Amino acid sequence: MQKEKINLISKFKNANKNFKSNCITYGIILAAFLLIQILVSAGAVSNLIKGLLVPLCTYAILAVSLNLTVGILGELSLGHAGFMCVGAFAGAFFSKCMVGAIPSAIIRFPLAILIGAVCAGFFGFLIGIPVLRLKGDYLAIVTLAFGEIVKNIINCLYVGRDSKGFHFSMEDTASLGLEEGGEVIIKGAQGITGTPNDSTFTIGIVLLLITLFIVLNLIHSRDGRAIMAIRDNTIAAESVGIHITKYKLMAFSISAALAGVAGVLYAHNLSTLTALPKNFGYNQSIMILVFVVLGGIGNIRGSVISAVILTLLPELLRGLKDYRMLIYAVILIAMMLFNWSPKCRELREKYSFKQLLAKRKNKKEAA
Amino acid sequence: MKNMKKVISLALTAVLAASMLTGCGGNKADSDTFRIGGIGPTTGGAAIYGTAVMNAAQLAVDEINAAGGVNGYQLALNFQDDEHDAEKSVNAYNTLRDWGAQIILGSVTSAPCIAVAEKTQADNVFQITPSGTAVDCVKYDNAFRVCFSDPTQGVISAQYIKENGLGTKVAVIYDSSDTYSTGIYESFAAEAATLGLEIVATEAFTADTNKDFSVQLQKAKDAGADLLFLPIYYSESALILSQAAQIEYAPVIFSVDGMDGILGVENFDASLAEGVIFLSPFTSTVNAKAEVFSAAYEEKYGEIPNQFAADAYDAVYIIKQALEQGNATPDMSESELCDLLKAAMVEIEFSGTTGNSITWGADGEPTKEPIVIKIVDGVYTIM
Repeated sequence: MQKEKINLISKFKNANKNFKSNCITYGIILAAFLLIQILVSAGAVSNLIKGLLVPLCTYAILAVSLNLTVGILGELSLGHAGFMCVGAFAGAFFSKCMVGAIPSAIIRFPLAILIGAVCAGFFGFLIGIPVLRLKGDYLAIVTLAFGEIVKNIINCLYVGRDSKGFHFSMEDTASLGLEEGGEVIIKGAQGITGTPNDSTFTIGIVLLLITLFIVLNLIHSRDGRAIMAIRDNTIAAESVGIHITKYKLMAFSISAALAGVAGVLYAHNLSTLTALPKNFGYNQSIMILVFVVLGGIGNIRGSVISAVILTLLPELLRGLKDYRMLIYAVILIAMMLFNWSPKCRELREKYSFKQLLAKRKNKKEAA
Repeated sequence: MKNMKKVISLALTAVLAASMLTGCGGNKADSDTFRIGGIGPTTGGAAIYGTAVMNAAQLAVDEINAAGGVNGYQLALNFQDDEHDAEKSVNAYNTLRDWGAQIILGSVTSAPCIAVAEKTQADNVFQITPSGTAVDCVKYDNAFRVCFSDPTQGVISAQYIKENGLGTKVAVIYDSSDTYSTGIYESFAAEAATLGLEIVATEAFTADTNKDFSVQLQKAKDAGADLLFLPIYYSESALILSQAAQIEYAPVIFSVDGMDGILGVENFDASLAEGVIFLSPFTSTVNAKAEVFSAAYEEKYGEIPNQFAADAYDAVYIIKQALEQGNATPDMSESELCDLLKAAMVEIEFSGTTGNSITWGADGEPTKEPIVIKIVDGVYTIM
């Protein structure tokens, strides 16, 4: 037993850098989860933080999934909120329809998540086919437009249900022609109301871990290396026989599907879902991009941390009243300027955890 | 030694982080003030509504406190920003609960209000929204509203047009991207169908295309509509009125409470609004209380109050009357207060700036006379 343990430890020490780094990422999240759970059960967490737990998971998933497109695939996408929107409405629509048929949230919610992911992934695939032939700015503009189109279509989409089945309309509820007792599920600009509140912190953390697992494993797999090869030099990648379209589409649709998962989590945290510019517009897409850029492009752990900090910050600044948005913006600018500046990186490396361990080791060896 | 320093600094960081998490936990209500938590947008696109509500509620609270409070206890108001976003609104609600809010005044806008209602219902906290017009805002029995709901406005509009013979062929221009506008339009269309009022043209626009209405107006004119129903806000109505004048189209204009404020639009020729008829819960001249409120508001904030402000001002006085009715004391828990206020709300009869002898049903909807206003010689005149 003892021997096995030592064996494991030495194995961990000898394991490659990626594996260690991944373990640290999972470890941070699990530790945060346990800490929060203990604090909650001790009654030491404020209502505000309790209410923020699910949104934190949502934004962390969004940031990680966008990092796959921006950091690993190397394409600038400004339509991430659009995929989130598709996932949110697909998941909420399913839950609203099935709340009678499947009363158990434990069965219904995973199905909703799956449906949200599949719908968003499918849209990612569809959009990806024509769009991924474009590069750089052009791709950014088209994805931006996609996000706006999704938002606007949902704003004029009416879906109802009666004994005959589903009715669709782009006009208004009256034109659905529902029977007596029929129910309008998506009500245009009024969106979906009365989605069951199924999202919990535990589910959020599990989804975040699954997202990380998918993204990290993809990055360190053969496919991931192919994707990164495309990012680094398309012509060279093509010349060694990498199927450019296939790998681009793969990364883009996985990223979209994961955004859909975040959307479902978002939709089931609130009882009302409307496609406003505030939650699904391009501002949201850019916000997610800010998480990614601040956390470091291609740095998955950084995305999680920056998403958490930037979501918490405006809420914790509430004490400052009307100045909070101003202060938030100033902090954001300062963080953007200094977080990745050479001096700051140097400083961080000097005082990093890794360095600390190495020093200790050196000391021991010297002794 | 060096390591020791690091350990200490790490420990301190952990303590700091923990204190951040727990920060507001211990701040519970002291037992000599009623704590009212207000929620509304004070930043972003809908800030004009949230700010009006915040100012008016503060004015009412100050007045009540100066006059000796409620049952001898003072009121405290804490107003939190929700940026007109459902998620932020729930955050604002949680912040207020940490502060020790016992009564929720809000949210100001519909979608955030629905999200907050879900939470107040779960926590059993009394909620009164000044201006959340969507039906689902008061879905639960702990939520009440001061304004009319969207469907009510649509129904009353159709009935008023029919009864007074204002027009026979109706055209509607509405904002299909706005919950308020679509809500009113749908109930108006349904009621018009039952009353036999003919709708000859229905034209929609969205928040992205709210500058040019010439196409919609031309269609309404071609369809021969003699009455134009505008269930939208005054900023768009002002554009529609001036563009209708350009194509020499002059139907009877009928609108809802969103029209209130049209005479204050900058660079708008007020003579174009002559003869416009609209439903409104409030104008500064509707009754004596409204006149007093308008004067006080203008003196304190330097602008004429809109209907949102009036609704919020009334909401605070409604809370006061309900608290007095139930003989409430601030040392009650929010759940006890909620049960007590729920019972008191259906008993009270309230007279304020938005109407006389308003009563509430257990469904949370107010019963009051709608006020119909016509613009005559550049002033709002009650019909």
